[in-house]
This record gives sequence, structure tokens and C-alpha cells, in this order.
Amino acid sequence: MNAASETRRDGELPRSEMRAVLTGATRKADEVRVKRLEDAMRRLRRDDVERPTVFVGTGTCGLGAGAGKTLAAVKELLATRGVDGDVVEVGCIGLCASEPMVDVQLPGRARLSFGGVTAKHVAEVVGGTLDGSPPADKALYQFAGAGRAPWDGIPAQGEHPFFRPQKRWVLKNCGIIDPARIDEYLAGGGYSAFARTIRTLTPPEVCDLVERAGLRGRGGGGFPAASKWRTALNSPGDRKYLVCNADEGDPGAFMDRAVVEGDPHRLLEGMAIAAYAIGASKAYVYIRAEYPLAVARLHEAIEQARSWGFIGGDILGSGVDLEIAVKQGAGAFVCGEETALLNSIEGRRGMPRPRPPYPAVSGLFGKPTIINNVETLANLPGLVAGGADAFAAIGTAGSKGTKVFALSGKVTRTGLVEVPMGTTLREIVYAVGGGVPDGKAFKAVQIGGPSGGCIPESHLDTVVDYESLKAVGAMMGSGGLVVMDETTCMVDLAKFFMDFIQRESCGKCIPCREGTRRMLEILQRITRSRRNEHDSDALERFQGVMYLERLAGVIQDTSLCGLGQSAPNPVLSTLRWFREEYEEHVFDRKCRAGACTELMTFSIDAAKCNGCSLCARNCPTAAILGAPRSPHYVVPDKCIACGQCRTECRHDAVVVA
Amino acid sequence: MKVQNTGEQKGAGLPGIGESARSEKQGAKVEGRIEEVLSRHPGAGRDSLIPILQEVQEAEGHLSRESVLRVARHLALPPSKVYGVATFYNQFRFQARGTYNVQVCRGTACHVKGSAAVLDAAKRALKIETGETTRDGMFSLEVVACIGACGLAPVIAVNGEFHAGVAPEKVAGILNSYKRRTAA
Repeated sequence: MNAASETRRDGELPRSEMRAVLTGATRKADEVRVKRLEDAMRRLRRDDVERPTVFVGTGTCGLGAGAGKTLAAVKELLATRGVDGDVVEVGCIGLCASEPMVDVQLPGRARLSFGGVTAKHVAEVVGGTLDGSPPADKALYQFAGAGRAPWDGIPAQGEHPFFRPQKRWVLKNCGIIDPARIDEYLAGGGYSAFARTIRTLTPPEVCDLVERAGLRGRGGGGFPAASKWRTALNSPGDRKYLVCNADEGDPGAFMDRAVVEGDPHRLLEGMAIAAYAIGASKAYVYIRAEYPLAVARLHEAIEQARSWGFIGGDILGSGVDLEIAVKQGAGAFVCGEETALLNSIEGRRGMPRPRPPYPAVSGLFGKPTIINNVETLANLPGLVAGGADAFAAIGTAGSKGTKVFALSGKVTRTGLVEVPMGTTLREIVYAVGGGVPDGKAFKAVQIGGPSGGCIPESHLDTVVDYESLKAVGAMMGSGGLVVMDETTCMVDLAKFFMDFIQRESCGKCIPCREGTRRMLEILQRITRSRRNEHDSDALERFQGVMYLERLAGVIQDTSLCGLGQSAPNPVLSTLRWFREEYEEHVFDRKCRAGACTELMTFSIDAAKCNGCSLCARNCPTAAILGAPRSPHYVVPDKCIACGQCRTECRHDAVVVA
Repeated sequence: MKVQNTGEQKGAGLPGIGESARSEKQGAKVEGRIEEVLSRHPGAGRDSLIPILQEVQEAEGHLSRESVLRVARHLALPPSKVYGVATFYNQFRFQARGTYNVQVCRGTACHVKGSAAVLDAAKRALKIETGETTRDGMFSLEVVACIGACGLAPVIAVNGEFHAGVAPEKVAGILNSYKRRTAA
């Protein structure tokens, strides 16, 4: 060691030692250097801190909740109090409902997490903890560990209801480490799996390992990763490509964003392993342009990995080359389909290609190409490090490992959850999510985005695995999980998805382009009120309903790509489990959830109305009559059910039925 | 509640009609920026088309007729192909955006939490439809499929700045705060 490295800033890893450990080049005589490395790693892992350290979650969701101001307030507080402390920006730990989140770790004490810390709470939370009395109402949990004295009366992280049923494998580092620093990822054992792979395993052996582990694609279809890889490995080609699909277009899903923002090096390491397994020397990350922070983090991470020599030519002296480039999507949902994604990278309209040939044989620029989802790739470092058996021990017979879900909608604790395969949906919604808020009744959970389906209360005990979800008419999809309560109308939800799909249909094949449009029109007719119907509209309404299921079947059978084939799923699954709601809309012209405003009838409660005439003045169709200071009434034939009167009325006199 | 089906996403108008009368000086400045973007991609092939269009839009604010033609010439592609790609993707606009671009998220989680009413409130407050820009050029309104902040639904973003849990009645206040910011 030379003098310069002695004065190294606290928390940087000595490079030559780290590389020596990764390449397996340490000798017995290196013991002192290895010890120094281990000390540096321990500091970076923050098993204990030397100075008070404040962690602020600054992922997209944290920033949305005001973490930017919190961060500034924390820095100001430390400066005014003259505390020599560190402020670390971390990614999202997944408990979105409690954002902005702040963690405080004092020397010798356990790291404490607080939720809902906006700028005005900083003095109370951070200041209080520095004084030794953290506010109990803001404290969520603490990270217990050896050598760190726990705080009294605060549960450990594993005891917190949100985290207890979880098994964090892919999200291990999210919200814990500083994603902008490769040193922290390395200190937690990062890139050692990749280094070991290229040193000790041949590409076919990596495929075998992944096959034994039983890893299946996390992007939706659940295709076994290893068999796809093997096809690409055995396909002849002077050049092969690996593409990471981070075009997370499913509305209601944000797992990939959280991984890229919170732990980008895990993705890069996974990509490096996969690229080695298929013999690719060039890899692309196709990421949504709507995720600016994730894109920035990814660029930063690639630069760091390159400077350490994990990307580039002759990686760690093994002779393996890999270049990783970032391609930003341009806002087309269909580009999540793998062949459309390839067209987009090539600079064409993002339309799917007919298969075969499969991309594993002839993909990007006509070369063998493997496309894997972010979560699939992010599983690899842990899988290789822990071994195939440890991975296969988690999960059900057909689905191994864990699955990350983005839990949102009408649920108390929204956020990012990672559970072992085989967990029931009930456990996710009630144990992790804390159930439906405001005393409302649970109605259904929508899983898998526009390609998935809704699962009713009666089937909440379905376990999370590829086959059992398919059996109830849903699919794993990319992992959006939206909870709905009694105020959500299932016909309206189906209409929402059909509107989304018909807008995003690329237009290449007719069943999807025309069929989804027709399905949307049928749903629009069902939810239209009779007073807005003209000519033979009512007849068409009934005719449409009769053909809805047949049309769905045709679209499923004849569409070109996976998106088209799964496009009718939202309608079919709601029709399967909530048929009575459709029937109510069609026959009784009623929406029990009160979401389809056109089907509502408005009237005024004479006992409550004091005749202020506010409603009459604001009614766009002059449907409300009545003398001033005497009760008004609604003329049903004129009312267009816009709801303006209900919004305006200050006496709650407008009755909706 | 007739919000759907009005071309929420793509409704940016036809290509080429968005060029406002700009002074020649401004035009030259924009041209310079396009040349600068193209100079970063010497000898580029077709696979650089989307990144180039993204960078041009970043520099110019939208894609004008001249810039599309210039990009086509640079890549030796027929302009029809360039337009074909540019009109396919939601990201590309052919009309200038307002100083503040308001994005209303219409993802599933936001929908379940009432983002249709939020969008209506934004339309009412700005007196424009989606894909349009206010006359003073201050605000433009856009619908996005999902911002990926579902835990905070319903969400709107103004120039990339997120607002979480936006109730319809809060929309006007949020937009006004930006108006004041400009005035100050």
C-alpha cells in the first residue's frame, strides 16, 4: 500500500485488493491487504457507523412525496446543530405509503426507519433521534444486528407487518444502499457472482445452473429462461445480443423502475452473467423514457462498472468482452412485446414480427438475441451466489424463487413487495397491504396489467404461481397488483383497459386493431344512459353484448402477438367473476358502484333543499327548476347526469340513485 | 364522464402544422442546435433514428417539419419513413409545448383512485383539451399511461415535478402555484 491510498476518503474500496479477491488472485501473504479490504467493506455495509448517518429515500416515489425538501431540511439541520454526520440518498425500500422515508443510524445503535417525514418533521425526527429520543409515532421499524444496540419499543424490520411475509431477494439492497455508488454494492458481495461465473463456469454450465434453479421469465409469459438461452447459445452467429426489457409499460407496475433506481448494479451484474451464458458481447437496456431518474442512474452505473472493468474488453482478465448500451423507449406500450422491442431498437415502428423465427435464432439485426425482463436478470446474481438448490428451495413445484409485485389501489400500505412464489393473494392484500382502507369492502384484485385479469374475493386464496393464476383467468404478467373496493365498477374497469389497449394497439394485425375497438364500443354502449341513445342504439347495445364473448375469442385466437392474444383478458375475467354487474348494467341500467355516472338518476331531497338556486344556476342543461327559497326539483328528461349539482350543493340535498 | 377515446395520447395534430411564426433569429438558433445534435451522430445508421429524434425534440421542444427533413437527409432515409416512426411513438410531438407541461397519469392505480376526475379538473382549469397548449403558451396538457408512482396515486407531474395524491379540487391550486412562480 502506498501513502496515497492511506488518505483515501472514508468509504472507498481499495481497488487492487478488491480485484484480487474477485479474480481469485489472493495469496496467503496478502492477509493484511485482505483484512484492510474487509474493514473497508464493513464500513461501507454500515454494520456500524462512525458518525451519525441519515438516509433519505429519494426514488421517484419519495421525491413525489416531498423527499427533496426533506433532504434539504436534513442537511440544514445537521449544519445548524454542528453535527458531523453523513447524509446518504438511497432508493425506494418499497413502503410507498409511508414516503418520504428517513432512516437514522447513530454509532453503536440500530438503524431506525421513520415514515411520513416531510420537511417540517425533520427537526422532530432527526433532531429527536440525535438527542436519544426518537418520536415513537413516526418510527416504523429498526434494523437489528450484532453489535448494534436496539431501540426500545420499536419492532425489528422483520416484525413489521409489511415486511414479515416478504422474502427480499431481488430488492435486497433497494432502500438500503446508495445506488449511485458501486462501492456499496461491492461491499455487499456484488459482482462476486459474476466474477466467479466467468472464472469457473462455461456458458453451457451457466445454462444448466439456471435450469436446475428453475428460473422462469418474470416479464409475463413465464418461459423457462435456460431453454431460451440454450437455443441462442447453440444458434450460429458471429454476433449475439442480450436485451434487457425495462420498457415497463403496464399501467400499475413499477417494479423495474424501483430496481433500476434503487440497485442498478444488480441489474448490470445479472446482464453480465446472462450475456456470458449466451455468448453475447453486446447488450442493450431498453428503458422507458418516462423514467428519467432510472435512466440517469443506469448511465451512471454503467460508467462506474466500466471504470472498474466489469464492462468493456477482457473483463477481469478473462478474455470476455461485453458492451452495454442504453436505448430509451419512446412511449409505446406494444414495445414491451419482445419482437416489437427489437424493431424499436433498430429504429423502426415498434410492431411485432411473426414467429418463427424466434429471436433466440434470428433477432436483433438478424442475429441470435435473448430478451429478458429486468426482474429475471436481477434474480441472477443472487441465484448464482446462493446456488441453484437454494433458489429452487423457494416457491412451488412449477414456479421457483420470489416475485416482486407493485401493490397499489385501494389498500392501506401501497408499495413494492417481494414474496416467495406460493404466497396467497389474501396474504399479500391483507397481511402485507393491510387490507382496504376507510372501512370499505374488498371487491377484487387486478393482476398482470392489461393482459391479466381480476380475481374476486372467493378466489383470494389462489397462490402466486404461473399455473394457478392462469387457472383463474389471470396471469402473472409483470407484477402490477391493483386492489379494488366496492366503489370500483368492474364494467368501467374493463372499459378503462380496453380503451388503453385499443389506443396502444400497433395496428399491424386486424383482430387486435379492429376487434379491441369494437369491444370498447360495446362497453361504452352498456354504460351509456338511455337518454343519450338515438335511433337503433338500444338494439346495438343488446346485439353487442351478445357478441362480446365471441369477439373476444376471435381476438385471442387470431392476433399476431402476445399483447393481442391477451387483449380481451380484462373483459373475459371480469365477465367470468362479475357477470351480475354486467347484467345490471345491461338490463337494470344501474351501476352498483356508482362509477358510471351516466346511469345515475339525480333528484333533490325537498327536506334538505333551502332553495338557494345554486344548482339551478350551474346546471348546464337547465334541468333544475324551482322558485327561490323553495325546494327545487330535477326534470329527469333534461338531466344529462353530469353531477354538477351534487358538486355545487352545500346542503347535501342532491340524491343519487 | 366522456373522457376516453378523444385521442388522449396521440392527439398532437398532424405533422408539420405546428410551426409557429418564429423570428428568423430564433429559427437560426434552433437550426444550430439540430446541427449540433446531428454532429454527435456522424455516419449514423437507422438504429440511431429514435435517439436522434429524441435529442432533436429535447433541443427544439418539438419536431418541426424542417428538423424531420434534416434528420431524414442525415440518415439518407425517405422523410416518409422518419415521419412513420415519429408518429408511431407517443413521445414525439409536432406542436410546441407550454412552459409547463402538465402530465396526468391514467394508469390503473390512478384510475381506481379517480384520475378521470383529476383530468377533467385540469381540463377545466386550463380550458384546453389533452394534447393542446394554452393560448399564452404557459401550460400544455398531456395524458401518460403510467408514471410508475402508483403508490402515490393519483399523480400528476408538472415539468417532471411530481404531485402525489392529487384530489380534483387541488388541481387548480397546483397549477396556480406555477403561474405565480412565473410572475414572480
